[in-house]
Amino acid sequence: MDPTVDNAATWPDAIYVHFRRARIRQVGYVPDAGHSRLIQRCIDDPDIADVVLTTEEEGVGLVAGATLGGQRAALLMQSSGVGNCINMFSLIKNCGFPCLVLVTMRGEFGEFNPAQVPMGSITEESFRLCGFLTYRIENPDDVDEVVGAACDMAFDGNVPIAVLLSQRLIGRKVWSK
Amino acid sequence: MLDRRELVKDLLVGRGNLLVVSGLGAPTYDVAAAGEHPLNFYLWGSMGCAAMIGLGLALARPKDRIAVITGDGEMLMGLGSLATIGVKQPRNLSIVVLDNRHYGETGMQASHTNSGIDLVGVAKACRFKDARAISGSQEIEAVRRVLHEGDGPAFVQAHVEAENLPRVLPSRDGVDIKLRFMQALTGLA
Repeated sequence: MDPTVDNAATWPDAIYVHFRRARIRQVGYVPDAGHSRLIQRCIDDPDIADVVLTTEEEGVGLVAGATLGGQRAALLMQSSGVGNCINMFSLIKNCGFPCLVLVTMRGEFGEFNPAQVPMGSITEESFRLCGFLTYRIENPDDVDEVVGAACDMAFDGNVPIAVLLSQRLIGRKVWSK
Repeated sequence: MLDRRELVKDLLVGRGNLLVVSGLGAPTYDVAAAGEHPLNFYLWGSMGCAAMIGLGLALARPKDRIAVITGDGEMLMGLGSLATIGVKQPRNLSIVVLDNRHYGETGMQASHTNSGIDLVGVAKACRFKDARAISGSQEIEAVRRVLHEGDGPAFVQAHVEAENLPRVLPSRDGVDIKLRFMQALTGLA
């Protein structure tokens, strides 16, 4: 676990509650500090298949396969991973698959690492170009309502949707030697 | 060296409820040539993700058998997915790579397997329970049984002739392919 991220923050639990409510059965992720609490909830849940990916684009195939098989899936990734997915998102658009992606943002608020800035600054626009609806969360009090709405849009409204969890919400990563 | 059309046709004889995902290019044509079936999910793009679609299906449908039939170029683009599958160890998933050592769709340029890159070795290193290469028609029946009852994850590298055969084109409408597949699966209960 990344000691620079506040793992005591409980807003990830609100996301997990919606995963249960929406009957999400597969969760694909690349390990990420901001998502670490939610990832652990999914690993601990015997009803959820947690699938650790080597790269985020694998998750798009996972979502397609899960949906074809009659299950709901969600993807957890960092903003840098969104760029890895772009060609694979064609599959979501061409086949009309629902797709729910929760993104921890980097490179947008007090970022110390310039490598995170280029992708972080085009994450939302990239999703829109790929045909995704985007919701953005700045305040922990909004997580429950917005993620609930995103789950309903994805699986009832049948649209691809990305929820961007802002860097301010997650907490600025503290850089120390 | 195997004839890819004959191989795929023989592998899908008596397929029953086998769920098939075909990688873009020639494998999609080969699977279509073996006979239209609603439980075929044909890919026309998304190069590198065929195996992961297989994993999502395998996890969602643990009582069904899933076969991913793809090419060497497509598999090479998603080598990491073999590691991801190795972690989950789905018993009902098989991957068949029709390895002609070339990118047939783009003009027969050599692929990495042409230089001896060993896909079976990769699959073994990724903890596939059954990883084998075949090059003779007498080996096909054993692979067919692996697809239907093998203890997976299984990986088969089939050495096939490098040739561009007449294209057999199934539907290119992704929504159509998806709906046919999902409706057929609903019928299986």
